[in-house]
Amino acid sequence: MEGKTYQSVGQPVRKKDAMALLLGKPAYVDDVTPRDCLVVKVLRSPHAHALIEEIDTTAAMKVPGVAAIFTYRDVPQKRFTMAGQTYPEPSPYDRLILDQRVRFVGDAAAIVAGETEQAVDRALKLIRVRYQVLEAVLDPHEALDSPILVHPEDSWRSLCPVGADNRRNLCASETCSDGDVDQVLAGCPCVVDRVYHTKACNQAMMETFRTYTEMDPYGRLHVVSSTQIVFHVRRILANALDIPKSKIHVEKPRIGGGFGAKQTVVAEVYPALVTWKTGRPAKMIYSREESQIAASPRHEMEVHVRLGATQDGVIRALDVYTLSNTGAYGEHGPTTVGLSGHKSIPLYTGNLEAFRFAYDVVYTNRQSAGAYRGYGATQGIFAVESAVNELADRLGMDPVALREKNMVREGQIMPAYYNEPASACALDKCMERCKELFGWEEKFPVRDMGNGKVRAAGVAMAMQGSGISGVDVGSATIKLSDEGFYNLSIGAADMGTGCDTILAQIAAECLECSVDNIAVFGADSDASPYDSGSYASSTTYVTGKAVEQACAQLKEQICAVAAQMLDCPAGELEFAGDRVRRLDGGGEVALAEIAAKSMCGNPIAVQATSSHTSPVSPPPFMVGMAQVEVDKETGSVEVLDYAAVVDCGTPINPNLARVQTEGGIVQGIGMALFEDVTYNEKGRLLENSFLQYKIPTRLDMGHLKVEFAPSYEPSGPFGAKSIGEIVINTPSPAIAQAVFRATGVWHRELPITPEKVLMGMKDRG
Amino acid sequence: MEIKLTLNGRAVTASVQADTLLLDFLRSQGCLSVKRGCETANCGLCTVLLDEKPVLSCSVLAARADGHAVHTLEGLQEEAADFAAFIAGQGAEQCGFCNPGFVMNTVALLRENPDPTDDEIRAYLAGNLCRCSGYEGQLRGIRAYLEHKRQG
Amino acid sequence: MLTIQNYVRAGSLEEAYALCQKKNNVVLGGMLWLKMQRNRVDTAIDLSGLGLDQIEETDSEYRLGAMVTLRQLELHPGLDRLTQGAMAESVRHIVGVQFRNLATVGGSVFGRFGFSDVLTLLLALEARVVLYRGGEQSLADFAAAPRQRDILTHVIIPKGERRVVYLSQRNTATDFPVLTCALSRREGRTLCAVGARPGRAEPFEDGQGLLAGGITPEGAQAFAREAAGRFRFGSNLRGSAQYRQEICQVLVRRGLLAMEGE
Repeated sequence: MEGKTYQSVGQPVRKKDAMALLLGKPAYVDDVTPRDCLVVKVLRSPHAHALIEEIDTTAAMKVPGVAAIFTYRDVPQKRFTMAGQTYPEPSPYDRLILDQRVRFVGDAAAIVAGETEQAVDRALKLIRVRYQVLEAVLDPHEALDSPILVHPEDSWRSLCPVGADNRRNLCASETCSDGDVDQVLAGCPCVVDRVYHTKACNQAMMETFRTYTEMDPYGRLHVVSSTQIVFHVRRILANALDIPKSKIHVEKPRIGGGFGAKQTVVAEVYPALVTWKTGRPAKMIYSREESQIAASPRHEMEVHVRLGATQDGVIRALDVYTLSNTGAYGEHGPTTVGLSGHKSIPLYTGNLEAFRFAYDVVYTNRQSAGAYRGYGATQGIFAVESAVNELADRLGMDPVALREKNMVREGQIMPAYYNEPASACALDKCMERCKELFGWEEKFPVRDMGNGKVRAAGVAMAMQGSGISGVDVGSATIKLSDEGFYNLSIGAADMGTGCDTILAQIAAECLECSVDNIAVFGADSDASPYDSGSYASSTTYVTGKAVEQACAQLKEQICAVAAQMLDCPAGELEFAGDRVRRLDGGGEVALAEIAAKSMCGNPIAVQATSSHTSPVSPPPFMVGMAQVEVDKETGSVEVLDYAAVVDCGTPINPNLARVQTEGGIVQGIGMALFEDVTYNEKGRLLENSFLQYKIPTRLDMGHLKVEFAPSYEPSGPFGAKSIGEIVINTPSPAIAQAVFRATGVWHRELPITPEKVLMGMKDRG
Repeated sequence: MEIKLTLNGRAVTASVQADTLLLDFLRSQGCLSVKRGCETANCGLCTVLLDEKPVLSCSVLAARADGHAVHTLEGLQEEAADFAAFIAGQGAEQCGFCNPGFVMNTVALLRENPDPTDDEIRAYLAGNLCRCSGYEGQLRGIRAYLEHKRQG
Repeated sequence: MLTIQNYVRAGSLEEAYALCQKKNNVVLGGMLWLKMQRNRVDTAIDLSGLGLDQIEETDSEYRLGAMVTLRQLELHPGLDRLTQGAMAESVRHIVGVQFRNLATVGGSVFGRFGFSDVLTLLLALEARVVLYRGGEQSLADFAAAPRQRDILTHVIIPKGERRVVYLSQRNTATDFPVLTCALSRREGRTLCAVGARPGRAEPFEDGQGLLAGGITPEGAQAFAREAAGRFRFGSNLRGSAQYRQEICQVLVRRGLLAMEGE
């Protein structure tokens, strides 16, 4: 319960794989799979929109060492989605492994497999493709009802009622509301009416997409992939290859970062097709360029906010319209957009009388978007939090005071959040503590440092969810093994988050043992219990609860075995960590003895599996404050200090919660200031490498201060909510406000580059 | 062509092509700690020591290492474990993929400057990208190690 | 992807020179930029066996071998004194230590890259280059000339009392510069070089004597305006021509005032 102290939960336990990773032990796909397999690469379209009229592979096939080349003629003709989501997927079935129509610069036109990389590279150059180049729709504003259709095909299919229509370039659309927003806005003396633009930032995890495939001795396709979603990969590959699900076995080793990128089946289909067709082991390693131009970045969104308030700062109405650009394919298009409203508007539940949230998600001939930490909430929060900051400026109010007046409080029902209650909400405490931690009173006033430099500060709040309510399934299997250690099997994916360790901490707490006594295994579609996978900030909250439940069941089983040994009813026994004892003090038996007994002449399983799903998705909350120094003569913005206080419920592992928070903030700083996405008129993405796409280095982030303001979420394991995603949401609006304070110019498009800052000041005069 | 070099203290003779990169050569020699994170010499994941100096093995021809000494993390396990334990103490390894390059460069830093300031640490490691952005935790870890050493 | 058929570690400059006369043969510097090109190289010529990795000091100059790395420049105490820290300042933003341990001064200068910090500073230092066949010439002339099939063996930095300041504008700490600016002042004569415009660095001299009587805020402003008006600026992903022109004035002025301030 709340306030209780724990043995393992709440402790900064070292991650189980920490030293192996730090010392460079082989752990990732390319380290643990054979080198002598076919190298797979993809020939990519140079055109944003074209039909392949002719594709000649004759010369390429003659290159020594080339094993196979596949074109659109060689692949199954059933459409599927690469989005790793629970069936029936909200993302439309709009893909083929290879299509005659290519829909963005970088779209796959052919697959080449060969004995060496050199042979494959040579063959790629020798494939002759004649394209019928078509006009492309690159601007999301022009996409809806454009005469140019990205998906004119009859075989396009939407499985869920998400408001999609491929004949209109529409991947999804919806409107929802509570109260009469137009009427309330009409009655507001102060209305902020602005449009905010977030670009298609890239996750840029250090390990690019990569997959190894082989046929196992049972004639099944064995897939080793860097993925967050082993079970969805199984379904998606079976759909793509049009083979039974039973023919596929997917496992993941260590993952070199995901951030949502690996919630989409970006690379897996290519080697899978090669292995399925040739019977030979194959591997695909995405280059950094491919990861930049042909992967699954954030959805570009333009968010139009109308915010109505009284003169004394009571926020009465929020009207949000989002135009989301899903690019050439619809992966996560219908779902990311929802968060742009449903995870921004509820922050102001306090006095809100009415809201409306509407959106359109459009196809364009750009790189297909996907899932990236924050998943639409980031884009929506940049918009709504910026609008609130603009309101504060207009009213001459301290933006902290304005928020304190309007923020959601514990116990309130949030109409814009599917009428879920804020059952655990310490947002007010986050604000209070962050103010102190940051030194808001001293830092908010603008300070002239001389030589053109000015210091200023900004603030933002954020929320996210904890899993997808009523959809996500988390499962855990725990079994008692020799000498009384435990095996914990999970289908969730540790992508560096430390969930293997976090879930072991939960198990150790339940089983009253050391974390070292829990061996964790996962994830493997054959061996792990079913789990939707690690995304939507679900693992600690959903899978963690499954672990808790499985442990409770296992304890009963252990007591049942002990009951036989102690010759009494199980009800008279008590589980006590390293032993089971009679409540009346009349004897006990050591766990190690029970383990031994369980393996000899024992008919009682000491292995429990539990699945969990939650009808609610309790939001974590957060406050972030940024201090920047702006060079008014060059436009440079330097982040000096960033303070954040997070309410993630109970932090199961404070160290890991802290590094998640720090990491998310730094990614958010990158998004706010550096990470740009530029397409030329031909539809080519220019930031196609780390030379051009600048993610923050350790010199670009300033000093971070992170603390927690825990609440206790009754539906979570030991009171926990989530933390993985929310942490990226505050930097953009907080920094945009700080830059405004320093320069007098609001920047409503990210990133806020030095040039935009300087030119913005010059334009303003 | 044939090259002879010292790899982690061991004499190695191998046949390579003129354009084999040191990174690929090292992985083929079983030094799987050496990672590739980009194609543009920007990420630092492939950092190894060439004649004791940290370099990007993605940008060195294996042929150029002929007659020289190369160290990868496989050969510096104990030296690295000394301070890596303090980084683990912060949870700052995170996904781990950038760790070998970052740890190698930290080895180089601490050899060159056994008691660096925070700013010196940041500057020396600036070429090691980490998208988990564990920069602050890594710094805390190194600081804790230096403090530990100071106190003997 | 770069492919290389043969690798030769040259035993002499003569051998290297002979090899580099062929069209598809290339002299290796640090290989950092070469690697990113999608070229087919017949023979890669490595100068690393020729002892060109030394910084030699004479009474009148520093002689930098072509294979001296940017990291060597960064750490050299003599160059640090000569430039009052500008040498280290000009390279410390370049990617990272591991990169600078590979990148060579010869590669930077011979490549005449637009983004080159080093080229910018060397121009302001009135450096000279030594070519195996072409002999010694001013860096300014060399940088402005088309590429020759010759071997750059040394870069020479003349000694002598001068005030030096280096400034650059970058969008992130270790990114390519949006603009580079080096200034040097010796016996009342001011020389300025501006690079990453995004074209290669070019020098500009105080022809009108705006600073002849010393650096005043007004003089610095006038000189900066003059310089920004004289250079040609272009646009790329990192900044527009207009932005570059704006900050050129700022960097030049700040650089001049920093000289006076110390």
